[in-house]
Amino acid sequence: MLEVNTQNAGGSIVMTPVGDVDLSCSRELQGHIKRALEGKPKSLVVNLEKVPYMDSSGVATLVEAMQIARKQGTRLVLCGLQDKVRSIFEIARLDRVFTIASDVQAAAAS
Amino acid sequence: MEPRHVSSQAERASSPASTVPIPEPTGPAPVRVEMLSQPRFLSGARDLVSAVSKRCGFDDAACGQMALAVDEALCNVIRHGYDRRPDGKIWISLWPIEESGKEPTGIKIVIEDEARQVEPEKIKSRDLDDIRPGGLGVHIIQQIMSRSYFEKREKVGMRLVMLKMHNNR
Repeated sequence: MLEVNTQNAGGSIVMTPVGDVDLSCSRELQGHIKRALEGKPKSLVVNLEKVPYMDSSGVATLVEAMQIARKQGTRLVLCGLQDKVRSIFEIARLDRVFTIASDVQAAAAS
Repeated sequence: MEPRHVSSQAERASSPASTVPIPEPTGPAPVRVEMLSQPRFLSGARDLVSAVSKRCGFDDAACGQMALAVDEALCNVIRHGYDRRPDGKIWISLWPIEESGKEPTGIKIVIEDEARQVEPEKIKSRDLDDIRPGGLGVHIIQQIMSRSYFEKREKVGMRLVMLKMHNNR
């Protein structure tokens, strides 16, 4: 089971999954993100600093989130990407598609 | 030393990296594991591939990337081959590539299953400019490995052969 910590402040949400995100738990992350987006927050920051590994099922979850966020006017920002996670975004050429910040503070300021 | 051959992969290779022949180990794999088509075992498969790759002389970054390539291959088998059925069998086999007979210069990784067969030439990466969820697995495998190709197994199932060389040739 994937642990996901969520903080809501002033209409903005910071979501922090903990652990590897692969096919065994990407649907759980998808559920957390969809529930967060249902409230149409101003922004959703997905803080990946505690995710040491992600496969393409996790990336697909985030692409879907980006598409929903864009449609409804929510700003989606990823932050805290570890090397292995950044690598899959680069291989998939999605590092240019997402807004990626170094950490939560930078994501809030971006 | 194991017998090996230089296969005619150039025609069937799905990885575009290079046309320099890679000597492919044959014979029984020194490491071979069987797993069921259940996502909860993916992390164990990644750990195995990463550890054996390390023993074949790859650095941490390359080991992590090869674990990702195998993860993507297994996910494809679980989702598309077995349609998420939890009792499908999958085999992971690993060989060091030892061209000089001394230190390994690469690794060969083979994923086999008993899932439905598809024509290998129909297994392709999608257009990355089409931003949508999913469909990245084959692209990721091709980008990471020096060479890779799919083939039908003799009676049932598919086989994915992946080769990675130290100099990424």
